Amino acid sequence: MLGLPPLSLVIWVPIIGGLAVLATGSDKNAPLARLLALIVAAAGFIVSIPLYTGFDATTSAMQFEELLPWIYRFNVNYHLGVDGISMPFILLNSFTTLLVVIAGWEVIQKKVAQYMAAFLIMSGLINGVFAALDAVLFYVFFEAMLIPMYLVIGMWGGPNRVYAAIKFFLYTLVGSLLMLVAFIYLYFQSGGSFEILDFHKVAIGMTAQELLFIAFFFAFAVKVPMWPVHTWLPDAHVEAPTGGSVVLAAITLKVGAYGFLRFSLPIVPDASQELAWIMITLSLIAVAYIGLVALVQADMKKLIAYSSIAHMGFVTLGFFIFNPLGIEGGLVQMISHGFISVALFLCIGVMYDRLHSRQIKDYGGLVNKMPVFAAFFMLFAMANSGLPATSGFVGEFMVIMGAVKVNFWYAFVAATTLIFGAAYTLWMYKRVVFGSVTNPHVEEMQDINTREFLVLGVLAICVLAMGLYPKPFTDVMHASVNDLLTHVSQSKLP
Amino acid sequence: MNFNMTDLIPMLPEIFLLAMLSLILIVDVMLKDGQRFVTYVLSLLTLAGCAWLTFRGLNTEPVYVLSSMFVDDAMSDVLKLALYLAVAIMLVYSRGYLQLRGLYKGEFYVLTLFAALGMMVMISASHFITLYLGLELLSLSLYAMVALNRDSPVATEAAMKYFVLGAIASGMLLYGMSMIYGSTGSLLLSDVSVALQEGIGQKIPLVFGVVFIVAGLAFKLGAVPFHMWVPDVYQGAPTPVTLFISSAPKLAAFAFSIRLLVQGLEVLHTDWRDMLILLSVLSMAIGNITAIAQTNLKRMLAYSTISHMGFLLLGILAGSQNGYSASMFYSVVYALMSLGGFGMILLLSRQGFESEELDDLKGLNARSPWAAFLMLLLLFSMAGIPPTVGFYAKLSVLQAVVEADLIWLAVVAVLFSLIGAFYYLRIVKLMYFDEPLQNAPIEASSDMRMALSVNGLAILALGILPGPLMNICAIAIQASL
Repeated sequence: MLGLPPLSLVIWVPIIGGLAVLATGSDKNAPLARLLALIVAAAGFIVSIPLYTGFDATTSAMQFEELLPWIYRFNVNYHLGVDGISMPFILLNSFTTLLVVIAGWEVIQKKVAQYMAAFLIMSGLINGVFAALDAVLFYVFFEAMLIPMYLVIGMWGGPNRVYAAIKFFLYTLVGSLLMLVAFIYLYFQSGGSFEILDFHKVAIGMTAQELLFIAFFFAFAVKVPMWPVHTWLPDAHVEAPTGGSVVLAAITLKVGAYGFLRFSLPIVPDASQELAWIMITLSLIAVAYIGLVALVQADMKKLIAYSSIAHMGFVTLGFFIFNPLGIEGGLVQMISHGFISVALFLCIGVMYDRLHSRQIKDYGGLVNKMPVFAAFFMLFAMANSGLPATSGFVGEFMVIMGAVKVNFWYAFVAATTLIFGAAYTLWMYKRVVFGSVTNPHVEEMQDINTREFLVLGVLAICVLAMGLYPKPFTDVMHASVNDLLTHVSQSKLP
Repeated sequence: MNFNMTDLIPMLPEIFLLAMLSLILIVDVMLKDGQRFVTYVLSLLTLAGCAWLTFRGLNTEPVYVLSSMFVDDAMSDVLKLALYLAVAIMLVYSRGYLQLRGLYKGEFYVLTLFAALGMMVMISASHFITLYLGLELLSLSLYAMVALNRDSPVATEAAMKYFVLGAIASGMLLYGMSMIYGSTGSLLLSDVSVALQEGIGQKIPLVFGVVFIVAGLAFKLGAVPFHMWVPDVYQGAPTPVTLFISSAPKLAAFAFSIRLLVQGLEVLHTDWRDMLILLSVLSMAIGNITAIAQTNLKRMLAYSTISHMGFLLLGILAGSQNGYSASMFYSVVYALMSLGGFGMILLLSRQGFESEELDDLKGLNARSPWAAFLMLLLLFSMAGIPPTVGFYAKLSVLQAVVEADLIWLAVVAVLFSLIGAFYYLRIVKLMYFDEPLQNAPIEASSDMRMALSVNGLAILALGILPGPLMNICAIAIQASL
């Protein structure tokens, strides 16, 4: 695009645009702030498209690379590049940001400029996380994205927002600080380089590998989040505004899983193999136990939050069984979960905007008043429970297939999600949508407007398209995933 | 020995400052109260003149004058330039506050410049006596400044505490120096260093001396367990004085530590390293944990200073050039953050209202989004969250610590900075998530607003491009040691 480097564009267009939105100031200029935010978000999405169209799926090498010296003293570079693993997430993120801006259009009435700017800046920072090839640069983006998220939860969140925001921040900070020490250690081991790709080549002894693995585990497991460090997620989700929940579910969780692929597996392959049983156990606990926890939730957002944890359990399971089906399945599951959880949170947002309640018991008989909405909600609920022909099925199926190859019982426990997932999602759906109208306020609810229809419609197309024909998504990943697996299979013990 | 006037050229900034100081003293006597602006401008001009002289005299080779008692090297030049900047910013920030409280007197400016002179001497000292003279000039000016508001019992109490504890610390330092002198037979840092390398002097008295010197240093830095004066003085002193104490003297204290420990006693590195590890871990622990319990912003920032000094010591104890330059970077960055933090308290205070309780910051985002944003940058920088410069300060000291094979110490440090993050986050929470308790508009002169904005944005700009400042520190250390 105009000869400008595409990766810098996807990072800086939203950030600079976000600052411009911030400059519109007080709520007097709210319409201007909204319009500007929409333009910036759309521009951010448009500049990310060349990453897909210009992507060479035959190679595992980094593409669209940019390399500029940044901090000469520590040999830190502004080094960007994407491969088949990171590229889809930049697209997903830019796409989600657009939806978030549209979804917050009328709902957010206070401090509009700050709200929109926070999401745009966060979007740019998250793109930076996926594109960074330098560990310090990665860390800067990784940490910086906490700041807007903290503000979003704390400023526009629900009643318990302060607790949730601080918990979110401190939980994620504890992990990343240990990772920082790990990076500095690797800097010396690699002979003075912060390049992530150089880290991949360093020979490290087993004890050091295990310690590094633990440091990375804390950083990324908290973000994913894996059981038992997941407890910040339900709080953050419940208290965050709809847009915040959407970004949390669709993107920030993926950052953690992406970290495992980019750091843990290739940098400490031996420790990853050695400790894979822990990861698999935790993943299976997430899938089965958290599925049961989701079943008993009375709050819809909390239910979807727990469902996210269970689905992310699938992702980490897929990564740590070390075969192509598992890893690709995990990646597909990440993207699919990006669409589905966004859609579900937006659906809950639609209901919340009308009734100001997220409690399942306050609803019932919605189908009588909001038939179009009920249809959309149905599709997404089905996708969340992994119905074939929706995107939710593809990833889960691939991971289960991959797991069968390793150990039948892994697959068996993982497959329980098909039952639990269906149970908690559809039971919630039944209680909210069907039955007779008991709450007089539900009587007054209006069906979705054009704006909401548009957002949910686009997501419905994505969910179905990915479910029916996932090839465009998996094709771009093949080369990079295979390369990653070669890395993992080679011992790095000195 | 021959004395030549040109020998004094490396001392020109100090000489110029002293001459101007005398001039300001005289001029100020003739001024009426309404004309105090002249003193203010003269002080700023003096600093600018010093900066120009120092800048002109920038050199890479150390130059020793006055029988090697005074040194002009790259480190001292860089630190002095940072010092002038910090003092000038402090003067700009404090004018409005002083005017409203009847403290807008010539003494304030004269004492400030005397303190600056003391710091310059400390920074450039290469002899135990010069070091001590500089330190005392700084300390005595500060004692008086803390008590500037003489009708305030809190300030007087703080000044008394500061004076008594400071005198004890000075005594300890002197005692330590005398031990070293007794063992090595010299007061000149370079001679001490040579004597130690040759193995002159008994180990026991030397280590004894080092213990006292480190204790005295810890007092001046405000490191645990010698930190008791810090919170009381920070809280009791008039805010501009607190701002002053917490910024520029940290630069001087850093230079003081480098001169004493590295240039003088580097051979005993293993001895003082373990002491510094203890001081550093305790400072980070007590500073960060106690800060959580504070409701007074100035007191909280005092504990925050203590924890930052713990971090600063990490770089020194690493014992490598890399570590020293990391610490130097840290001290400059810390001075900048501290100026901004206390500057914000000054910005928010007004006639009869100090704005020093945490609750006074409530809802700042609703009152003034720009001020809240600047404070946000400062707080995240203190917490060491990128993309602010505080992160790179932490990164570089941690890097030096890992390089020295003290990975456990790096882990301890990051865990305490996690605890620290909590109380900074809590202030962000007050500013952004809570409703304002008051809606009084912010009254501050435009020069102060401008300076504070530049200060806050510098935190962000240096966070995006930290390379040049890091390089300057690295080169300065390399050329001086």
